[in-house]
Amino acid sequence: MWKNRAVQTLLIGAASTSVLIVVLIFLFLGKEAAPFALTPGLSALFDSKWIPVSFQRERFGILPLLSGSALVTLLAMLITIPFSVLGAIYIAELAKPLEREILKPFIEILASIPSVVLGFFGLVVLAPLVKSFFGLNTGLNALTGAILLSIMAIPTVISISEDALNSVPHVYKRASLALGASQLQTIFRVTVPAALPGIIAAVMLGVGRVIGETMAVMMVTGNAAIITANPLDPVRTMTATIAAEMGEVPFGSVHYQALFCIGVVLLLVTFGLNVIGQQVLRRYGMRQ
Amino acid sequence: MKIKALFMISLCIFLFGGCKASNQEGDKNAGGEKAAQKTHKGLSIKGSDTMVHLTSSWAEEFMKINIGSEVSVTGGGSGTGIAALINATTDICAASREINDKELSLAAAKNLKPQGVAVALDGIAIIINQANPVSFLSQEELKKIFTGEFTNWKQLGGPDQAILVLSRESSSGTYVFFQEHVLSKADYTERAKLLPGTSAVVQSIATDKWAIGYVGLGFAQKAGKDIKTVAVRKDDKSSAVEPSVETVKAGLYPIARKLYFYIGEKLSAQTQQFVDFCLSDKGQAIVQETGYVTIK
Repeated sequence: MWKNRAVQTLLIGAASTSVLIVVLIFLFLGKEAAPFALTPGLSALFDSKWIPVSFQRERFGILPLLSGSALVTLLAMLITIPFSVLGAIYIAELAKPLEREILKPFIEILASIPSVVLGFFGLVVLAPLVKSFFGLNTGLNALTGAILLSIMAIPTVISISEDALNSVPHVYKRASLALGASQLQTIFRVTVPAALPGIIAAVMLGVGRVIGETMAVMMVTGNAAIITANPLDPVRTMTATIAAEMGEVPFGSVHYQALFCIGVVLLLVTFGLNVIGQQVLRRYGMRQ
Repeated sequence: MKIKALFMISLCIFLFGGCKASNQEGDKNAGGEKAAQKTHKGLSIKGSDTMVHLTSSWAEEFMKINIGSEVSVTGGGSGTGIAALINATTDICAASREINDKELSLAAAKNLKPQGVAVALDGIAIIINQANPVSFLSQEELKKIFTGEFTNWKQLGGPDQAILVLSRESSSGTYVFFQEHVLSKADYTERAKLLPGTSAVVQSIATDKWAIGYVGLGFAQKAGKDIKTVAVRKDDKSSAVEPSVETVKAGLYPIARKLYFYIGEKLSAQTQQFVDFCLSDKGQAIVQETGYVTIK
């Protein structure tokens, strides 16, 4: 009896570690960021300028960083979703076994390319392409960052969407085909709707990857902290700001605390996205 | 269910308690480390990130010559290095700027008189694309470009093209030096692109025809054929000076700085030996190899 209980507590302990880690991370970030709420005050975060090093007046407004992250993420998802969902449909439903054998390993290789390498590729190859295509004077802008990020997100989203499509029961498809529906009708009216929760989960994971990505974004987005909705303007993302400035910021300074505030905001955003994703999943689950 | 909840709560308490305890332990350890560092026979150098490459090259060569000696080099910025010198956690502070009055009074409060030794010179070159016809700029014009007052090359006698302003990240010592000496402490334009590292600036200027940026002299000389340096004149009366080892050494090129070692008054034999080595012919040859300008 006690053995049973011992094993059970051990398992609960193991299962709840991640909960604890999340709580601890929140606490740690909060602890480092908290002094910022006292001295400059939280309202300083809602400034429209991010000028952390200045001989005039240091300003720690995260609005340009927030809008930068949002713009890059939005653009990246606009590119990622059609490519990866259509790709997943092809691989899961239409591809011949041989095609699948070739396509899948390459998608996996794409997923495993380190982000710094992709960033370098973006800087040297992609940025000049974007520059000449749009006739700009530089290729370092939000769009280049978004394209690069979608290259990173596509393999993840394809793999998970494909799993979701494959897990749709075969009887659904057979029933649809038996009722006289064409293959395309079956795919878009039966299989995809049935796999939709999984596809949405895949997209949410993709968003998570995109918004948290740092290195590649830092190398190609130009990092100018301006508020803009123009894809061809440079933007500075939250992650790039933390990565670029944390290295040499004086420990415990207001700037240091401001960077932790960005960390908290980033965490809250990803946390919020996760919660929304869960809600969507639950609602779709109930409808079926 | 109740048991589970109880268990979770106790686990939390246990972990947080542990966390706090280990924190205190960490503080103690840090204190111990400080004491240990003082008695340790190795030499530690801390400070400017601009100089890390130079000081670590010196340290490597020094350790090769003096077998058994240990020199550790860390960056962190000139300010960090000076603070470390005042707190006696480093033997030598590498600084790409002079110590300021506030830091001197902090040191005086601890009965310290930091001595500065200039060990090398560094010039900051303004670089543009080879296709850009502009060949010289005044310091005033540079200020206006980097603060966003000038936005088009035609305001500087060039073609009708928008100026693309490139800068290093704000954590860079060069960023601060440039802001202080060229921008007269004004803020950079918010349209300036902050690039992570010198190579990114060089790469971007090589491909973007109407970009302008600043890099250390050593990098500018190795930057390749797509890039050219701009001659700089101090004001309208003086003549424009090309950045080069000679002009920096002669004090003609306006955007240059001295790189310092700051050391305490009483030196250990090893510290003295290391500083002497850096100023020796061999040490100064390394200065040249790493792209800086020799002091002698």
